[in-house]
Amino acid sequence: MVSTVIPFGPQHPVLPEPVHFKLKIEDEKVVDAIPAVGFVHRGLECLVAKKDFVQMTQVVERVCGICSAMHGMCYCMGIEEMMGIEIPKKAAFLRTVWTELHRIHSHLLWFGLYADAFGFESLFMQFWKIREKIMDINEATAGSRVIISVNVIGGVKRDISPEHRQWILSTLDEVEEALRDLEKVVYEDYTIRKRTVGIGVLSKEKAYELGASGPMARGSGIDIDARSLGYAAFPDLDWEPIVEYGGDCFARAKVRFREMLQSIGLVRQAFQKMPRDEEIAVKVTGRPEGEVITRVEQPRGECLYYLKGNGSKNLDRCRIRTPSFANFPPIMSMLIGCRLADVPVIILSMDPCISCTER
Amino acid sequence: MAIEAEDTPLEQLMWKVVTLKEAGYRFLTLTALEVDEETAEIIYHFDINLQMKNLRVRFPKGTKIPSISPIYFAAFWAENEVIDLLGITFSGLKIDYHGTMYLDAEDKDTVKTPFCRYTFVKKEAE
Repeated sequence: MVSTVIPFGPQHPVLPEPVHFKLKIEDEKVVDAIPAVGFVHRGLECLVAKKDFVQMTQVVERVCGICSAMHGMCYCMGIEEMMGIEIPKKAAFLRTVWTELHRIHSHLLWFGLYADAFGFESLFMQFWKIREKIMDINEATAGSRVIISVNVIGGVKRDISPEHRQWILSTLDEVEEALRDLEKVVYEDYTIRKRTVGIGVLSKEKAYELGASGPMARGSGIDIDARSLGYAAFPDLDWEPIVEYGGDCFARAKVRFREMLQSIGLVRQAFQKMPRDEEIAVKVTGRPEGEVITRVEQPRGECLYYLKGNGSKNLDRCRIRTPSFANFPPIMSMLIGCRLADVPVIILSMDPCISCTER
Repeated sequence: MAIEAEDTPLEQLMWKVVTLKEAGYRFLTLTALEVDEETAEIIYHFDINLQMKNLRVRFPKGTKIPSISPIYFAAFWAENEVIDLLGITFSGLKIDYHGTMYLDAEDKDTVKTPFCRYTFVKKEAE
């Protein structure tokens, strides 16, 4: 059979960021898919040579807009471990609140893009309308909507006032109600099921072998969530990783939908159990030395930071393995054998973050 | 967590990786570092049930490293990144971008190893 190579991206209506796939097609079927990146590579890891270890907190927050607080937290956790710093308990809870809010708004953003990918425009607008409420919380508590700079080495920069807590809790009630209204649509709508059930299947064995991360892994039945490692306030909260077993686009969407509801519950628990102390950060003296690896669960999966300090103000190395980077080999496997018309939905079901991938 | 990495001679790398795969470990990523002007190292990160296992391989710069992508296919992606950013080369890569994963084909001869501190090669004068 004659094969054709079709370029998908870097500019495509379903792609929020530039990524390119060379799709080898036979008839309507994809037989090979090779990704190409490099359109927005910034070399942020390399900045350790120019920015000191304190300034690097702001640099890593800019790796990705959607999970900036998680990048900041992961980096700070690494430096704190190298320097033997124990952060105040309240700071751990505040970090948990902001990072779970990030998970909610990231998944809401993704659901909007996902609905848009199969032409469900009204659902796209509904999800993004709900997302605005979380963005308002970010703005009110951290000063900005997207890149929220709340983490510092030794704790957090800001506290959340009792008035803001009440307002956040009532806003989350509204968000939960709005999500419950959409639950039936996401799970039962004919169009959504037709475009996602049985599409882009990634088996549990393949997902494990190819190193899938986050909802990509959990949607295929792998019970892996880095929050189980017990960082921040997670050891004090009641939760369990959310796992689905279908391995298709629908299962991945279900994982994300259930995670949003779970994150709302986690924020409520965090506020309930948060200590009443005043201290939110400890004073940091000295310079980092040694090698550490820290891992946090971002909305797209597990993020891993390798940090190497030499006792000077600049680190020797800051290596960031983002979840989107890890999810490229699995997506290549998912695309093989699919129909050309399903490619946009399958690629989007990975929730690709190219800012993270290219750093 | 503070890193515990098993020092691994280059010639033992492949069978150690095969042993880990047989034991059920999954590949997380690899970290390449420039140690000094003459030496580089790669730390391979694996995990099972969130317990990490790291292998550290140190070698003189210019050594061709056997790719572990025939064992863990996902490693090709991280190995190609290392080629682009640190100039370490691999043999037996399952998919080889030949130094153009991030860099454009026309740039690859003028921008070399941008992440190297000691052997950084500046872009040629315009």
